[in-house]
Amino acid sequence: MTLTQPRPAADTVMRIRGLVTRFGGHLVHDGVDLDVFRGEVLGVVGASGSGKSVLLKAVVGLVHPSAGTIEVLGHDIGSLSENRRIALQARCGVLFQDGALFSSLTVAQNVAVPLVEHTGLPPALIEEVVRVKVAMVGLPADAALKYPSQLSGGMRKRAGLARALALDPEILLLDEPTAGLDPIGAAAFDQLIGSLQHGLGLTVFMVTHDLDSLAAICDRIAVLNDRKLLVGTLDSLKQVPDRWIRDYFGGPRGRAALRTGA
Amino acid sequence: MSEEQDWLVSVSDSGTLVLAASGGWTLAASARLATVLDGVQPEPGAASRVRLDLSRLDALDTVGALLMRQFRDRMSREGRAVAIINVRPEHIALIDAVWRAADSEPVVPPKKHLIADTVEAVGQASLKALSGSVELISYLGLVIATLVRVLTHPKRLRLTALVYHMDHTGLRCLPILGLLSFLIGVVLAYQGAEQLRRLAAEIYVVNLLGLSILREIGILITAIIVAGRSGSAFTAQIGTMKVNQEIDAMRTIGLDPIEMLVVPRILALMLVMPLLTFFANMVALLGGATMSYILLDINYYQFVNQMRIPIDLGDATVAMIKAPVFALVIGMVGCYEGLLVSGSAESVGLRTTKSVVESIFLVIVLNAFFSVLFQILHI
Repeated sequence: MTLTQPRPAADTVMRIRGLVTRFGGHLVHDGVDLDVFRGEVLGVVGASGSGKSVLLKAVVGLVHPSAGTIEVLGHDIGSLSENRRIALQARCGVLFQDGALFSSLTVAQNVAVPLVEHTGLPPALIEEVVRVKVAMVGLPADAALKYPSQLSGGMRKRAGLARALALDPEILLLDEPTAGLDPIGAAAFDQLIGSLQHGLGLTVFMVTHDLDSLAAICDRIAVLNDRKLLVGTLDSLKQVPDRWIRDYFGGPRGRAALRTGA
Repeated sequence: MSEEQDWLVSVSDSGTLVLAASGGWTLAASARLATVLDGVQPEPGAASRVRLDLSRLDALDTVGALLMRQFRDRMSREGRAVAIINVRPEHIALIDAVWRAADSEPVVPPKKHLIADTVEAVGQASLKALSGSVELISYLGLVIATLVRVLTHPKRLRLTALVYHMDHTGLRCLPILGLLSFLIGVVLAYQGAEQLRRLAAEIYVVNLLGLSILREIGILITAIIVAGRSGSAFTAQIGTMKVNQEIDAMRTIGLDPIEMLVVPRILALMLVMPLLTFFANMVALLGGATMSYILLDINYYQFVNQMRIPIDLGDATVAMIKAPVFALVIGMVGCYEGLLVSGSAESVGLRTTKSVVESIFLVIVLNAFFSVLFQILHI
């Protein structure tokens, strides 16, 4: 169900049709449809345990759906060969909830991993790119030489973002990106996503609970409710006569964020 | 130079070098783009100003913006003023972000001196070993104090945990321990029979087997298997709990991790280790007896009869005295290394390895010590 105007198909970078995900007897998604358009920031919200992260994992190919198709950048990820799937994955940057940094590597080495694996850049340029990415996500320069265990939770997340951005992906998938950041850091992060998206035509698929992010940078919002997905803008979703959605956007936090954000 | 055309078109003007960027300045093209940009080498003094026109730039990403910045810096160093014109609105934010990031000072890792670093490493390692052994001793005291407290106040004993660990370290160890002990018994009998047959003293295989298995081999096999199986499991379990901050959570609730985690494990191991050792001894003897029967035609009745000559109760109890001591060492080291885990998954692996190596080392050293002690005491 979509509350916004249909757009030309050429602009669609991600198309999900009839997605059903099931773990054993537990049905997570039951017929989810979603179009993500180039250059937009889509926020995915939903109650804890409603399958937001599972949706993200299905999109990047970590979870295999029981039924339905997922097309990313025009490729059906269910029927791709191993090599083409890896090539496609290089065009999607993923930030996991706690950064998911490789614990045996320093931050700089973590960010360099995709560059070393997927590009033939000279080492000096890789070093420069890593330095820029580390600075872009707001990490102090000396953090580059530290190991993930020496960083705070917020810094680990930023380092994970730097790694997700290493290959300048077309689609950036974020799993609760601003959780664990201080409000100033979270706002700066929102801004960074906004500026990157403008410069690169980046498409952002963001699972979040941060109402401020939703109000500040998301163009559209997808609500995962009762195993179905409902897509719309903030204003159109507020009109939906559903108890959970009304409580979510109309609760004290929702109202505060929407007042300042809009 | 068709490649160059893709990204950079140079138009000469009087005193000003005008460059028009075109195509995609992106990661995919960056290696070649870097070469093209490096190829822009105006004659010294030929162009005092450089103008970079971005109006025909199709796509730009962070790597492209970084290369643009490096190009500008190089031109500035050569004394040329660089003006970047016709920047598209959607590129401004990106260029701004990348250039601001590029302003950050590069961090240089501290320089390495071979000799000084080696000396320092040796010193650090010695200090660490020293403080490590002090800590281990204080930990030993802490565990024993807690153990005594728990045993004198049996209500504090976590019975469920104790039984659980007895099951995992004891009962579930039986199949692998039995198989290995049987095979060791077979091998010992086989090698012994080969040598003793030359002296026509085959029957002494029984003496050889009985003494070596009951006094040394059985307990050593058991200790090594338990260290590899349960000691490592203790370290990994406690270490993972440490990583998950479960230990911290216990402390804040007022639970003593030593009492909750360490004591049940060590106690369980001390209770099952003598039983495991007895089992290993019997199965190893069975293996030896089976081999003796096959090779030397010594039947089981003869075997048992012959064994009663060299072996007294002392020999049979030696292993039972060692078993709880070895169990204490294995459990202590396993739990201790687990508690030392810090932060990362890598640390769990490192500590687990260390725990197994250390406990086997200690077991073998202690075994040698016991041999001397029993010799002196004539047991």
